[in-house]
Amino acid sequence: MTFWHYAFMQRALIGGVMVGLLTAILGVYVVLRGMSFMGAGIAHASFGGVALGFWLGIDPLWAAVAFCLAVAWGIGAVTRRGGIKEDTAIGIFFASTMAFGVLVIGLLHGYQVDLFSYLFGSILAITRGDLWMVLGVGVLTLLTVALLYKEFLFITFDPETARVNGIPEAALDYLMLTLIALTVVVSIKVVGIVLVSALLVTPAAAAYQLSRDFGKMMALSAVFGVLSVVVGLVLSYYINTASGATIVLTATTIFALALLWKRLRARMV
Amino acid sequence: MSQPIVELRNVTVRYGDLPPALENVNLSIPEGAFLAVFGPNGAGKTTLVRAILGLIEPTEGEIRVFGRRPRELGALRREIGYVPQILAVDLHFPVRVRDVVMMGRYARIGLFRRPGKRDREIVQAVMEKVDVADLADRHIADLSGGQRQRVFLARALATEPRLLVLDEPTTGVDTKASRSLYELLQDLHREGITVIMVSHDIGVVSEYVDGVVCVNRRVLAHGRPEVVLTDSTLADMYGCQAVLFHHGKVPHMVVKPEEWEK
Repeated sequence: MTFWHYAFMQRALIGGVMVGLLTAILGVYVVLRGMSFMGAGIAHASFGGVALGFWLGIDPLWAAVAFCLAVAWGIGAVTRRGGIKEDTAIGIFFASTMAFGVLVIGLLHGYQVDLFSYLFGSILAITRGDLWMVLGVGVLTLLTVALLYKEFLFITFDPETARVNGIPEAALDYLMLTLIALTVVVSIKVVGIVLVSALLVTPAAAAYQLSRDFGKMMALSAVFGVLSVVVGLVLSYYINTASGATIVLTATTIFALALLWKRLRARMV
Repeated sequence: MSQPIVELRNVTVRYGDLPPALENVNLSIPEGAFLAVFGPNGAGKTTLVRAILGLIEPTEGEIRVFGRRPRELGALRREIGYVPQILAVDLHFPVRVRDVVMMGRYARIGLFRRPGKRDREIVQAVMEKVDVADLADRHIADLSGGQRQRVFLARALATEPRLLVLDEPTTGVDTKASRSLYELLQDLHREGITVIMVSHDIGVVSEYVDGVVCVNRRVLAHGRPEVVLTDSTLADMYGCQAVLFHHGKVPHMVVKPEEWEK
């Protein structure tokens, strides 16, 4: 039997494609604004949320949503106020939310939490409920990016001039952080906390090598993101490897090929 | 008598515990002026511009632009064209010249809407005006310094401004390209746009502007360039200490072209 005959494999593909698409599109902003570390910070913050969810007996993903939003807005606010550098703020949030997660898990006496699946993903265990959640965040994100395409472009390219011209730059910045936080949380099931930041960065970074036009970069990033998930998932099925890690390494391979292609093309001209 | 387009009263700006970047600045800029802001590095020139634009709030004092506080300009913000320091922008960002100029239209187009025919016509017109129309499809990394500044000027003009503010527009631009940029600004000034330009280039810029402000934490002097910058010591001594030395205390003077004639 080939892989698509299994219901779990179908769900994995549908969920994976949506996550690959979302992270790749938001990844364009993450890469161009130099927020790669921010993506990693938000992803790791979700660990504290997941642990808290288990402790309180509520859905760990909902707890993670609350945690990620708080950290994303917190980093945004601290950075805007000035005085503390953004990467310092992220470094502090990053470590403390992880530590908080470890602490809380220690309090769950004898309770066996499948933390490994949150850290490294369990795409083959995606449920119908998870798919709906990804779909919801996906529609919200794609609609927002489509409606605010020009404003998101402006605040990414030149936030200061956008503010001078009267574009509500701060509000749009928080909105973008919110979309990133939500996308990170729904991606956790697919690639896990540790690897989600790779999906936010690698496909967009590969597209950046090959694009001179913003729209083209976004389209190319989306293609690379989806391709990484599909190829990675199918490969992991046949060679029997961890799916999350295979997806990320597929994305890395695409990035390396993009870099190589750019160098070769530059040499030929 | 029309009110000044920009007015600062007793403005002081501090960053944290540091000594003030600007101290007790009084300045009144009439509509239609072409004003250069001179001063040594770290003198507060950029701080002055950022306060006028509402990017920073003064610690003390009052600022009025079009008669309102910069933070409360609302739709009047669209009447300000801004050309930032070129170093503030990532030149490897994947955008073409036409896309950059179109950004100047975004605030006027409004949220959720796409550029229309009229926006494209205005973008084309301002690109022709500053002579970058033939570069419309080029990537911004493939331009010379002078071309790039014209593109950012075109973006500022696409907002259809009454007030144009430029922060060091000729950094990394050669003399010939700088002069043609100043000539362009002079044309815009003649069309009635008020121009405020922060600059290092005292000698050359003074030939074009009709007003000069020398800043070194305080406003040391302002008035017509030939009045403020007469002394030959200014030629070999960069910065405004020289002006302070020769002109003594000039705490506050309304900068109006008629009064500069005196």
